[in-house]
Amino acid sequence: MQSVFSRMRRRALGIPAAVVGLAFAAHAFADTVFGQPVSGAISLQPAASQIRRDVIFFHDDILLPIITVIVLLVLGLLITVMVRFNKRANPTPARFSHNTPIEVAWTVIPVLILMFIAIFSFKLLFEEHDMPKPDLTVKVTGRQWNWDYEYPDQKIAAYTSTPMSESDAANGHVPYLLASTAPMIAPVGKVVRVQVTAEDVIHSFSVPAFGVKIDAIPGRLNQTWFKADRTGTFYGQCSQLCGINHAYMPIEVKVVSQPEFDAWVASKKAPKATVVAAAAPTPAAAPATAAPAAAH
Amino acid sequence: MAEIADTHGRAAHAEATGGYGAHHGGAPGFFTRWFMSTNHKDIGTLYIIFAIQAGIIGALLSGLIRWELADPGLQVFVQGSFLDHLSHLGIPGVPEATKHGYYVTVTAHALIMIFFMVMPAMIGGFGNWFVPLMIGAPDMAFPRMNNISFWMLVASWIMLLASTMVDGGPGRGFGGGWTLYPPLSTIGHTGPAMDCAILSIHLAGASSILGAINFITTIFNMRAPGMTLHRMPLFVWSILVTVFLLLLSLPVLAGAITMLLTDRNFGTHFFDAANGGDPVMFQHLFWFFGHPEVYILIIPGFGMISHIVSTFSGKPVFGYLAMAYAMVAIGFLGFIVWAHHMFTVGMPINLQAYFVAATMVIAVPTGVKVFSWIATMWGGSLDFKTPMLWAIGFIFLFTVGGVTGVVLANAGIDYSLHDSYYVVAHFHYVLSLGAVFAIFGGFYYWFEKMWGVRYNEALGAIHFWITFIGVNIVFFPQHFLGLQGMPRRTVDYPVAFAPWNHLSSIGYAITLVGLGVFVLVLVEAMVRRRPARANPWGPGATTLEWTLPSPPPFHQFNELPVIHAESH
Repeated sequence: MQSVFSRMRRRALGIPAAVVGLAFAAHAFADTVFGQPVSGAISLQPAASQIRRDVIFFHDDILLPIITVIVLLVLGLLITVMVRFNKRANPTPARFSHNTPIEVAWTVIPVLILMFIAIFSFKLLFEEHDMPKPDLTVKVTGRQWNWDYEYPDQKIAAYTSTPMSESDAANGHVPYLLASTAPMIAPVGKVVRVQVTAEDVIHSFSVPAFGVKIDAIPGRLNQTWFKADRTGTFYGQCSQLCGINHAYMPIEVKVVSQPEFDAWVASKKAPKATVVAAAAPTPAAAPATAAPAAAH
Repeated sequence: MAEIADTHGRAAHAEATGGYGAHHGGAPGFFTRWFMSTNHKDIGTLYIIFAIQAGIIGALLSGLIRWELADPGLQVFVQGSFLDHLSHLGIPGVPEATKHGYYVTVTAHALIMIFFMVMPAMIGGFGNWFVPLMIGAPDMAFPRMNNISFWMLVASWIMLLASTMVDGGPGRGFGGGWTLYPPLSTIGHTGPAMDCAILSIHLAGASSILGAINFITTIFNMRAPGMTLHRMPLFVWSILVTVFLLLLSLPVLAGAITMLLTDRNFGTHFFDAANGGDPVMFQHLFWFFGHPEVYILIIPGFGMISHIVSTFSGKPVFGYLAMAYAMVAIGFLGFIVWAHHMFTVGMPINLQAYFVAATMVIAVPTGVKVFSWIATMWGGSLDFKTPMLWAIGFIFLFTVGGVTGVVLANAGIDYSLHDSYYVVAHFHYVLSLGAVFAIFGGFYYWFEKMWGVRYNEALGAIHFWITFIGVNIVFFPQHFLGLQGMPRRTVDYPVAFAPWNHLSSIGYAITLVGLGVFVLVLVEAMVRRRPARANPWGPGATTLEWTLPSPPPFHQFNELPVIHAESH
């Protein structure tokens, strides 16, 4: 008797164990998609930097639970009130219009909740503005309707990043309106300082996977930074209305290993070396490309 | 309950002697009555009709937006579309079927809903109708200036519609967003459309400033004997706070847009960096107006919700003084938080930290109000008439919108959400599901009083439920779009954003059906003409307007009522 039951119990335990095991296996096969939105998703794009990880923690683990509880509390109170005190359930209304203890409570408790949020909020904010010593500087210039990326330290002249056409994006299996013709290349694990300005109207440089957004304003050099902790392609879009093609100036950051980055830098500089040699009679050309900010 | 002396004797005397006001009830002839009005109730009616027609146009524009965004790619704002054919007919307000036309639509939708629907309905409409009645006054302090305010708004409306019909630069109309940021609104839109828009906003602003002067004078000086400020109904408090916000914030907007005008036309360089100006200064000036503006859009709603909840609970509002001074606190704090709209411009970190803290503080008085409304209902005898449905919907949905505002207040996460659909979702929850619900609630609450006929309760409830379902389906998925990184003000989007966009657009279709039911409510009431009652709502309706017939006589309170007790 006992052995029949123990066999059944083992089988009964075995089935949920198998299901859980399969679920873990399936999860291993379902890769998290980084650097771009996912169809039907409801949360923040996952983190490719520590800052973004902290942003997601602040939202998912601090803010979202608190606001969910508040909304459910108000909903619960409303439902309670509608059920207990509708005119059929309670034909004679009470007359009270004060209750000092509860009035104190619903003033003080929100203050405490806000102070709790503020601790994490300021920690995150000051962390985002506490740039470590940068390993690389990229200068981004927004214009109607594309982006220029320039690497002043590596002496890489500004190159223009335009949106990839719909057909090219489809052929390349990359998302249209996110993919560009010439991404910003950055080395993984290194602090990249991004200095952002604009040539005409206000644009905004944004990469959700890094938790970064800073406006590109003519006559102003804004600064942000990121440190990507994985290789890959990370997209963003212009985030300030800038005219008819505002939706058509994507941002693409391709994070590669340090050796790949060095090779790319070398390849960008090699053709330039011959150009500089040919342009030797007109030395004014070189300074002009290295410091376009002066033009403003 | 207030005591009223006989007010009918004077009106009958005027009618007997003839002359001005010789028509029935003391009203002048049609043209004088409706085009040269000095009657707060008639001017209120003009504002409400104005707001309804503008609201329908604003809603149709948002229909174009949701239709375009229903699927990826360009379907509506593209050559050969239905809109393309419609746009060549020369109808004012119909945008061209180009990407520029989409941005004109987005800009016009916001300007119309803010300046030509919500504000006229709440302040010009309900404010004019009920502030004098609630304080026991015969009219506003400056009845003729009241009329100027209304007709200036009509002129402003004509200018805005005109701006959609003239060249903007990139195409017909101005497409730089209701926030008007330069340089897009200066060098980015070289045509006269932007100048027409600037003039339109000047006229609307002046209209509101004159109205503010009128309301402040009326409320401070014309309360009936015995009605101290602390016995004043909460709707009157809400209008008082709102018009102070208007008085103090609109001149700054006027200055900012005048600087745009001179930058565009008279060679100044206020916002032109190449010549020593600063585009960010415009943002500071604009949002110094812009943030109080959003409280202007909601505080009268708070007042109306207090009246409705109290009436249909059969209980006085819980914590009257806290409610009144919470509105004052929200109004005051609203002036010192503006830069939370500008966290990504490159502001110093300590300044950002200040604005984060100040913005979060506003949640406290707002929470006091939400809990006080619930406490008003607690222990009451709830009657779920149509106005109460809107009010309960408001309390829940405004809370949802409010908490996403708390999320955005934190600059650290605002960097991820600024200018995304999370912001669009937030402000539509507090506006379309907050302010608009309060407007509909007030409209049904005072329907009989204003129009002298009764609305059909079943149709009203159907209007509420269809709208409630529809607007939630439009705007809740937009939180997901924003979290996933979809920027706002985009005519097209990457394919991954398609499912929630599609659902949002389906929600619009449902909401449009709700709007149709609303039109049905109006038509049915006009056709059936069931006579109205002075007080349809019973002992829960304690303010002075319910002591008058529905509609009230052309002139009321020629003999002032004397107040012996709380009138709220």
